[in-house]
Order: sequence, then structure tokens, then C-alpha cells
Amino acid sequence: MSTEQLSGAEIVIKALVDQGVDTVFGYPGGAVLPIYDALFQQNSLRHILVRHEQAAVHAAEGYARSTGKVGVTLVTSGPGATNAVTGLTDALMDSIPVVCLTGQVPTHLIGNDAFQEADTTGITRPCTKHNYLVKSVEDLPRIMHEAFYVARSGRPGPVVVDLPKDVLQALGAYLPKEEVQHRSYNPQTKGERPQIEAAVEALARARKPIIYAGGGVINSGPRAAELLAHLTHATGVPITNTLMGLGAFPGDDPHFLGMLGMHGTYEANMAMHGCDVMIAVGARFDDRVTGRLSAFSPNSTKIQIDIDPSSINKNVVVDIPIVGDVAEVLEEIIAVWNERMHKLDADALAEWWKQIDQWRARDCLRFEQTGDVIKPQHAIKRLYELTKEYEDLYITTEVGQHQMWAAQFFKFNRPNRWMTSGGLGTMGYGLPAAMGVQVAHPGALVIDVAGEASILMNMQEMSTLAQYRLPVKVFIVNNQWMGMVRQWQELLHGERYSESYTDSLPDFVKLAEAYGAVGIRATKPGELDDKIREMLATPKPVIFDCCVDQVENCFPMIPSGAAHNEMLLGPGDRTEKPVSEEGMVLV
Amino acid sequence: MANSPEELRAQTHTEKRTIAVLVDNEPGVLARVIGLFSGRGYNIESLTVTEVDPENRLSRITVVTSGTPMILEQIKAQLGRLVPVHKVSDLTRIGPYVERELALVKVFGAGEKRVESLRIADIFKAKVVDASHEHFVFEMTGKTDKLDAFIQLMRPLGLVDVSRTGVVAIQRGAKGL
Repeated sequence: MSTEQLSGAEIVIKALVDQGVDTVFGYPGGAVLPIYDALFQQNSLRHILVRHEQAAVHAAEGYARSTGKVGVTLVTSGPGATNAVTGLTDALMDSIPVVCLTGQVPTHLIGNDAFQEADTTGITRPCTKHNYLVKSVEDLPRIMHEAFYVARSGRPGPVVVDLPKDVLQALGAYLPKEEVQHRSYNPQTKGERPQIEAAVEALARARKPIIYAGGGVINSGPRAAELLAHLTHATGVPITNTLMGLGAFPGDDPHFLGMLGMHGTYEANMAMHGCDVMIAVGARFDDRVTGRLSAFSPNSTKIQIDIDPSSINKNVVVDIPIVGDVAEVLEEIIAVWNERMHKLDADALAEWWKQIDQWRARDCLRFEQTGDVIKPQHAIKRLYELTKEYEDLYITTEVGQHQMWAAQFFKFNRPNRWMTSGGLGTMGYGLPAAMGVQVAHPGALVIDVAGEASILMNMQEMSTLAQYRLPVKVFIVNNQWMGMVRQWQELLHGERYSESYTDSLPDFVKLAEAYGAVGIRATKPGELDDKIREMLATPKPVIFDCCVDQVENCFPMIPSGAAHNEMLLGPGDRTEKPVSEEGMVLV
Repeated sequence: MANSPEELRAQTHTEKRTIAVLVDNEPGVLARVIGLFSGRGYNIESLTVTEVDPENRLSRITVVTSGTPMILEQIKAQLGRLVPVHKVSDLTRIGPYVERELALVKVFGAGEKRVESLRIADIFKAKVVDASHEHFVFEMTGKTDKLDAFIQLMRPLGLVDVSRTGVVAIQRGAKGL
């Protein structure tokens, strides 16, 4: 152990470097000035100055999701910390590893209602995986290393380290990360053998199996995605991904049924409803996925692999739970499957695929691009077609209809390429997340598929893009409505469009120019491709204002309170089936 | 130890459980546990906490809660994933355990009522820990329902104040947590 005395701020920096951090997204303020001073005097860490602390956390999330590393943010006390809360909650819901360093008033002033004081650990307790208030510089190196360990281990999540200013200025000894071990937090990563064997036997007897894979596959790492593909191909089982799991399995593989859930494909949802064995891999039976619980996949034996025991038997009772890391468990499942030389009943499987192909033939994502107005689906589909050959492509989204269309029409063949706010549904996520992705992958094509309402929620980050020359492309599907709100009002609230129309939108082309970016507008289907190509050829950040049909709805859709086999496939479906009272109270 | 899938599906009734949780004795740990219960809408019927191992800075929380078997499984899993939690033990399910609560009961009165309160205290094996010509403070240890019964009987006799610890519990037999 070194006896060299460092200031708390220097210890923070040293710990970050020791943890392999190269980039910090942050915003200075009084309480964190000592850290900014230490940052100024070193060259190992790059600081990206955001324009709002919420964006700092989303940027760190984008960085984390596209690299598999822990994202880091640095914000000041009081408003700095409270502004970060939405980002932290987002990271918690989507299991994204983030370490958020917050400044705090000096320890002797804590509880005094000091200037820019907030009870940060109190406020962030329910929206972090864990948080720390560092009361003494002696604890600082241990807590810094623990924070990273907790953020990335088990089910990943955000960790806040609250740093009083006097602790940052006090002198103390540094402790390398190897000397820090956690007392209580040791998540189980290896699945239990009897459960794994039971899962293999259940799968071997299946006649109508399905794999339902989520974000846990991506969090487990690239090896998990490889093993998932291996298992799927070795067994010939159909597979669907959740919104969070897109890219966990190749999107253009014939075994892939598309996304499932509220706006998932007909074939994926029908297969979930009709299957006899379901293997949930790193997915948590979210309400967007299950539809009405009492009618969810009524006749299946359910196997669930998850690293978080609390994700098991939360909404849906599972027959064979396996607690463990997806990659480790899949490895064992494949080994047992091969050992026992299992093979699915070929006739039953062929029959199952035949049924699935009939569902597929409904072509549930069909739309018609007619007339002189761009259909939003067409815009996103063309964006996909014109970018799919790009080797290094990352897509982020905001939240709403455009997000669902992007999820439906983009096909991701690799993990870590798709960043979207799934659990929390945070409008304003996409632009800062794209910024974080672009910082991590300077040469890549990074597109934020946006809506005109969402983008205004973190618009200020255009300024950050300009400062760091981050050529993010913001593709706004502009229908002048909060499209998903409008859609629900149309379908569930008697077409009373209360406050979902945005009057006085900015001129996005001029706005782009004001931010030193390039603005492009498309209004006609005929010009769309050329304009998209122009965007792709622009080496600077671009705002693409794609003016689309204002009344288009996102289908297919499982209305709230309905089951997987009660999907609405298009506008014609809706009048026949009124939404139940139970469904009306659901979000 | 965990419920079978069949049990979880079939059982929609509410049951009561006593759960012991071993945690790091650090600031905020109790807030984490309480926040978990309130944030997720779980019931707390009783909760006690104090340090039990000063050398290793460990505290033991005893929480009595109720819910359907599925909710109870969730509660245990959610407690288990809190970072400072070392162990979660469902005493009700593990097997026989001893459960005790302590109450301090203040009764004000004179004459026959005063004598009667002392007589009942004697039956319940409550101890007098403070007294004047006008009042008694009884100390009583026992199971929750015994304390409830005692307090109920004291009510017409001039019950002034009650302070209860909440339930502490420990598994029977030689095995530790």
C-alpha cells in the first residue's frame, strides 16, 4: 500500500483511471471544483462537458451500452444531483452500469440546508442499485472501487457516490483496486446443475418451443449472444427478442420472429401465446411484453434464466428458474444438450414452423406508401435500407411511435448497436445517448431516431455535439403530435386529443444551423432517399426534419389489458374490440 | 425451501412471515429496507433492528410481513439483492422458531382498579419496573398475541401509554442464521 498522500479529488481521478475509465460526462459546480481542478492537471481522462446533468447520465448510458464498460458521470451537488435523477432511474430500469459522482456540501454543513445542498443519497436511494455518502477520505478509495464493482456485477445498474467537498480536499492514502473486496455483494453467476438438466429435458420434449431473449443477453456480453445463436441453430427453435434485447440475436436470421410485446410482430406474439415450452433468457416478463397476465402464454412450461433472483416469479410463475449469468448458463445448457444427444421431434417442429409461417404471412408490419405525404414507417424503413450496409452503425431512439417503428423496421445483427429507453420510457434519452455512443466510437455512424416532441427535451446537447465535433445524425420523424399519446387518445379516449399537439414548433433546419449543425428537411416521398443520402454524406452533426403523415398509428398493437392473441393489426381492427375496464387503468 | 410453481400459481391467500435479515451496520441501510417495502407496496407489520455483531459491524433486522406466497418470494428476493444485505432467512418457512416481543405498559389508577391491574400483571408474569401511588409501569415479554391480550385487559384499568419493541425471532435448534 502506498503511503503517498493524495487529496480526495486526486484519489477520485486515480481510482477512475485504475478502473479503466477514459471518459467522464459531466458539468462543474461549486461542490465538485476540487475534482475539476484535479481533472485540469492530468491527461488520462477525457471530460465531455454536457449542457444538462440528465444528458450526462444518458450519455454515460449510451457509452456503456455501446461498449459494455461502465459509464461515468460527474455532477455537482443540489441541482446537479437532482437533474441526474431521471438518468439514474433510466439506467436502473434498463440495468445499465453507470457510476455517478455527485458533489456534496462539506460534511459539517450536511443537514443544514446549505447552498446547493440536497439529500442526494436519500433522493437517489430508490433510483440507484446502490449509493454511498463518503464521510471520510480514508473510505474514499474503497468506495470508489466498490462502486464500479457493484455497478457492473450481477444485474448491472447505476451507483451514486456522493462526495462532500471537504472530503475531496482532505489528504489520504490511495488503495489500488486489487485490495478492495466486497463483504456482502457476490451475485451467483453459475446456474444450478439440476435446474439446467431440468431445462434441457423440458426443451427436449418440446413440440412448440420458443426462445424469448432480452437485454440480459446483451449485458452478459458478446459471448452470451454467440451462445444464444448457437443454441437456436442447434435446436432449430424460433426466437423473439424484447425491445431491450434487439441485437442479441441476428435480426435477419430466419429463426428470428422479430420483437414481441405491445408493438411486436404478430408471429412473435402468437408464437408466445401458442408455445408449449418457453425459454426466457435475460428477460423479465415486463408488462409491455406479457399483455394481460392471466392470458399470457397459457399452456407453456416456462424456463427462465436471469442473474437477478427478484426477476423470477415476479409477474409470471416460472416452472424452471435458473439464477445465473446468461453466458455461463447457456454454455452449460448447450453442453448437457450435446452430451445427451438430444434432438427435437422433427415433425412437431416442422409443424410448428408451418404454423409460424402462416402467422408471418399476415405481414403484420405492412403499410402503404401512397400519395404525396411521407408515411413514418416508410421514412424509417428507408433509413434502415440506406444504412444497413454500414459496418459500424449505432441507433439510439427517443420514446414514442418512432421508437416502436425503429424497433420494428431496423434489424440488428450484433449486440450493443441499439440503445433505447425501455423500462422508464424517457423522452429526451436518444440525443444524449447518441452523444455518448459517438464519443466511444468516433468513426461510427450514430443515428438518433427521434420524434419532434422528444428531441426538444434534451435539445441543448446539440451544443455539446458542436463543441466536440460529434457527427451524430438526428432523424426526426416529425408529425407535430406526441404520436403515441395521440394514438392512445384516438383508440382509448374517444379521439379527444387533449394537449398532444405541439403548436409553435421550432424550424428544425434553422435550429440545426444555430447549433453549428446541418439542417435537412424532407417533405415528399420522392425526395426522401436523396435527402437521407445527403445526411449520411455530411461529416457534421445533422438534424433531419422528416415531415410525415400526422395521423399514422403504430401497429400491430396489443391494447392494454388484452392478450397476445388479441392483437390489433391495423386501423380496421380497432372498432370491433372495446378495451376492457381493467385495461383502461393500465399505462 | 422455495415454493413450487404449482403452489405459487394456486395460492392467492395472504400469509404472515417472520424474516430475519443480516445487514452491514452502515448509515442508510434501514432506509433501504423500509424504502423497499414502501416503494413496492409491501406490508410491514413489525420491524426491529439493532447491531448484533459489533466486531463485523453486522445488524440483524427482524421483519414481520404478509402477502401472497408470490409476493413473499418477491420480498425475500428484493431484500437479498440489496447490496449491504448478507443473508435473508425466512424463519416461518425454515421451521420452528422462537418469537418474542417486549412491551412497557403504563397504567394509571387507584383503588380496586389499581389492585386488579397488579393481579392481572401477576397472572401474565409481567414485572413492575416503575411505580408510584398512582401508576405502574409493567414490563412484559412474550409472543405478540400475549402482549395484545395483556394490553387489552389493561385498557379499562387506566392504560396510559404503551411502548413495544416489535418482534425479534430466532430459529430453534443448534443451527445459526
